[in-house]
Amino acid sequence: MNKRQSALLRIMELEFAAIELNLFLDTHPEDRCALADFEKVSQELMKAKTEFEARYGPLMNFGFGRNQGDTWRWIESPWPWEINFKGFELYGEE
Amino acid sequence: MWIYEKKLEYPVRVSSTNPRLAKVIITQYGGPDGELAASLRYLTQRYSMPTPQAKAVLTDIGTEELAHMEIVATLVYNLIRNATVEQIKAAGLDPYYVDHDKSVYFVNAEGVPWTAAYIQSKGDPIADLHENMAAEQKARATYEYLINVSDDPDVTDTLRFLRQREVVHFQRFGETLNLVHDWLSSKKVFY
Ligand SMILES: [Fe+2]
Repeated sequence: MNKRQSALLRIMELEFAAIELNLFLDTHPEDRCALADFEKVSQELMKAKTEFEARYGPLMNFGFGRNQGDTWRWIESPWPWEINFKGFELYGEE
Repeated sequence: MWIYEKKLEYPVRVSSTNPRLAKVIITQYGGPDGELAASLRYLTQRYSMPTPQAKAVLTDIGTEELAHMEIVATLVYNLIRNATVEQIKAAGLDPYYVDHDKSVYFVNAEGVPWTAAYIQSKGDPIADLHENMAAEQKARATYEYLINVSDDPDVTDTLRFLRQREVVHFQRFGETLNLVHDWLSSKKVFY
């Protein structure tokens, strides 16, 4: 497990929380508690993505991720299907 | 508009080359209860959904299903990527191999290609939401059968995540159905 993969896993964890809250809010749009959690998680997620992109290039296309430096880093490997997380203990695993 | 994010929704871990397992998991890519069918079903039904919650739920779950399609493709790709022709023949995957090599194509476990006839868009939100709830249960059952068949604990972990998502989607569609019922009865239209 390299640093890039750990940083990516942190983003995956935060974004999963955001997905769950998003779907819950779709059918409970006035739930104050879920609204506050969503705001907190999405701020943390944005921060983690900004840090990741500064180091490893854009995580999203079409201008939603920043490309810093003098090459177009979007084309760099690994693409999602090229990463095997084998050997990494996932959250919540004994 | 859709934006691509260069990451999976959930990590994929594959222990070893296993074309036999790829042959059955591929049904969740291009089979009747698979992720392509789920995604396209919700994304095309959303245009005729009447309430704000229903439009959002179909858009968001339809989008999440695209991410699940990508997870399933990643499993299949990594299970067959290093397979020898001998391993492919032993797994009974040679008919697939002659048509597609080791690329990922939309078929069910028996090799039947995906068809739009797997899905419906009826325009009646009650009918469509019931179809979606049934679709989520069928997808859950398929993941359970795949878990029964899987001999790779790392792959099973990802299948368990995907199974759990179907349970959550079923819950959200059920809530959406209740909200649409409320909306219809407020309009004094009864189904
Ligand atoms: Fe689903």
